[in-house]
This record gives sequence, C-alpha cells and structure tokens, in this order.
Amino acid sequence: MVKITFIDNEGTARSVEGEIGSTVMETAIKHGVPGIEAECGGACACSTCHVYIEEDWRGTVGDPSPMEEDMLDFAFAVQPSSRLSCQIKVREELDGLTVRTPERQA
Amino acid sequence: MSEPIKTDVVIIGAGPIGLFAVFELGLLDMKTHLVDILDKIGGQCAELYPEKPIYDVPGIPYTSAQGLVDALLQQIKPFNAQYHLGEMVETVEKIGDPLFRVRTDQGKEFESKIVVIAAGGGSFQPKRPPIPGIEPYEGKTVHYAVRKMEAFRDKRVLIVGGGDSALDWTLNLAPLAGRLTLLHRRSEFRAAPGSVNKMMALVNEGKIDLVLGQVTALVGADGKIDKAIVKKNDGSMSDIVCDAMLPFFGLTMKLGPVANWGFELKNNELIPVDTESFETSMPGIFAIGDINWYPGKLKLILSGFHEAALMAQKAYHYVYPGKRLVFQYTTSSSSLQKKLGVA
Repeated sequence: MVKITFIDNEGTARSVEGEIGSTVMETAIKHGVPGIEAECGGACACSTCHVYIEEDWRGTVGDPSPMEEDMLDFAFAVQPSSRLSCQIKVREELDGLTVRTPERQA
Repeated sequence: MSEPIKTDVVIIGAGPIGLFAVFELGLLDMKTHLVDILDKIGGQCAELYPEKPIYDVPGIPYTSAQGLVDALLQQIKPFNAQYHLGEMVETVEKIGDPLFRVRTDQGKEFESKIVVIAAGGGSFQPKRPPIPGIEPYEGKTVHYAVRKMEAFRDKRVLIVGGGDSALDWTLNLAPLAGRLTLLHRRSEFRAAPGSVNKMMALVNEGKIDLVLGQVTALVGADGKIDKAIVKKNDGSMSDIVCDAMLPFFGLTMKLGPVANWGFELKNNELIPVDTESFETSMPGIFAIGDINWYPGKLKLILSGFHEAALMAQKAYHYVYPGKRLVFQYTTSSSSLQKKLGVA
C-alpha cells in the first residue's frame, strides 16, 4: 500500500492508502476525499480531478502527457505543478505523495 | 407561438438510455421525440469520451462510447424518432391525466402523454471560471456563448481559452470587434490546426492580440466590465481593457431545470423511482438511467437498458388505456419483426 495525502483548499490534510495500479483520482474517490469530482470517471475527458503536486514530488510524479495538457486548459487556476489525478498511476515510488486540491473543480 | 407538437412520449436526454428507450417504446407502438441540450446525439458518450472503451455492455465484449451510440442509432432507426438538439427542456407541466406540456428554452412546445427523463448527470452547461465577483457581469458583459455576433461590433472583446470554441469565436469576431484579445494559459492550442494557423496569422498581422496567462480578477461596475486583471505566464500582472469577456472552458454537467419540477430529490441530484416501472412520484413521468435512484441503483448503461424496458411496459397503459399488452419476443414475434422492418 502507498500512502497519499490530499490537502484541501483550506489546509485540511487527509491521508489515505492507495492501491498499486489504481490512480490517485480513484484513491480519492474510494476514500471519499472531498475536492475531487472526476465527472468523466477517469477518462481524461474533463478536468474535474485537478490537483497540484507538492514541489518535492514533481520530479517523481512526472509531467502531464500532451492529451492531459489539453484537458488542463479546461481547468481553473492552472499552475506548473497542475496534474489530472486520474492520469497518475499509484506505484511504490509514490509512497508519501502529497497533492493539493484546488478551490473549485468546475 | 406555433402549435405544440403532439406526441406519445417526450424523452429528455439523447444519451444511450434515451436512445434505447426509443426502441422499447417503439416496439410497443409509442412515438417519441427526444430533446437534448447538446448539439449532437449520444450524451456523455459522445460529448465527454467518444473514443474511450466500454467493456460491460452484455454481448459486446468491446466497443467505443461513440461506437455504442452509432449501434443504438442503427437499432432504433425503424422507429423514426424525432430529435430536437441544442434545446433544453425548461418546464414540464401537467395538463391532463396524464398529459404534459413540455417547453424548451427555445420556445418549442410539446403535448405529450408521458415524459421520460433520461438526463444522465443533468444538462451540459458552460463551465464558469472561478473568478471572484464574476457573477454580476454574467449575461451582461461576460458571456459563455455568442448568440448575436452583431452585439460585439466595435467592442473591445477578450476571449479566454484555447479550444475550438475560443479559436472559432476569435476568428469570427476578429473582423467585427473594435479590438480583440485572445488569452490562453499556454502557447499550445487544443483546436483544429487550421484555426490555430489563421489565428496566428491575425496575430502576426497585428490584427488581434494574443496574451499567455490567466485572469485573476475583473474590474468594473453595475455589470459593466472595464478590464480584466491578468497574471501572465512570466509572473507579471497586466490589465486587459475590454467591453466584453467570453470565457470558453468547456462544459460541465449540472442538474439544471429538473431540480424545479417538484421531485423530492435524493442527495439533491437524483430522482427517486419505483423499481417496477421506474416511474417517479408523478404518475406519467418516468426517470431512467443515471439520473434516477432506487435502493441498489448502479450507474451502469446496462441498468438503464433494463429500466427502459420496464418503463415502456407501464407507459403503454397510459398511452393506450384499456388495451391489453401481450408480452412478445423479437426472436419469434412476427408483429415485432414487422415493426423492426425485418419480417
């Protein structure tokens, strides 16, 4: 199991266990973490699972694919650390990952 | 106002479940009109993820979302349903027992014996940017759609976004607008390459401005915008003076007018139904697919198909009161096969 921490817009942190092979979005939905909507269900077809990756983790997590960059155009307050959490697969190296959720998804 | 369209059934929503409802209703001789706010048939499947795979439709090991929509369209072709696209049903009013007057936001009116709500996650509506204090400008100087191009003649227009809508309106409004600025968060555009090239040519000719950055605040008064405060990608702040702003950030699903039709909603978003006929608390109005709720509900396409079949059985008794309904299989019934055009 891989520990992932979600910090919401007001600073509340929630740590949950992610299953290897699932996605960061699925991990949030499974544990009822607020701040992630995932309207399209993880098809990289909306932008309502937008998260900011904590600076220390950006290298390990990696950059968005071109398709994901395209979808990020429909998100708000996009930053260089922005990712769509449905496109981040949970893997060993992400144990301890911290992401922040934005003020609003849509 | 023109004459209302008289029909057996109005189906609200032309997604996969609304389409299959045409089939089940059609087998029982009920005529259908479908209304959908999108400009295309297929709902979420067509709008959000047309190329994504679906693996859990019984008997179809694999299809794409658009593939499923296309197959359904082929399946329901014999029933000649009528489509009213780009229209949102605003009101459903009971005028008989049961008979309903259904009105769309385009002023179209139906008189329908029954109503089937197959609206999925609700209606697709433009995303509103989370810019603090944007609300008073909406509909006045901030617009999420262009209804009349003339309204922007000689105006200073700020278009925000990098998709096809943003690019198309940039190209369409550039000759009319007094000055046009396109604001996007990065230098790549998710739009038809031809449009991007045309836009870049206008930028190079000095006919429009392209700014890379994001809006952080609006300045103005009484719904009249004066300027947008923009954080540019290099970190600097700048003002874009404008008379109108058009943000194009795609679509999101909102329950929409359904919320005002008098149903006691589950979790403020789902319409409770009985599991015998998927009828709502209002006799003659049914709800099928993702928009309904009952104990054990699963938001699966296959569940919606089942709901459509049972709905049609009950609907028949409203449309043909007193007439006996004989249950038949398409495999063996020559009368059903005649309706399908295969007998």
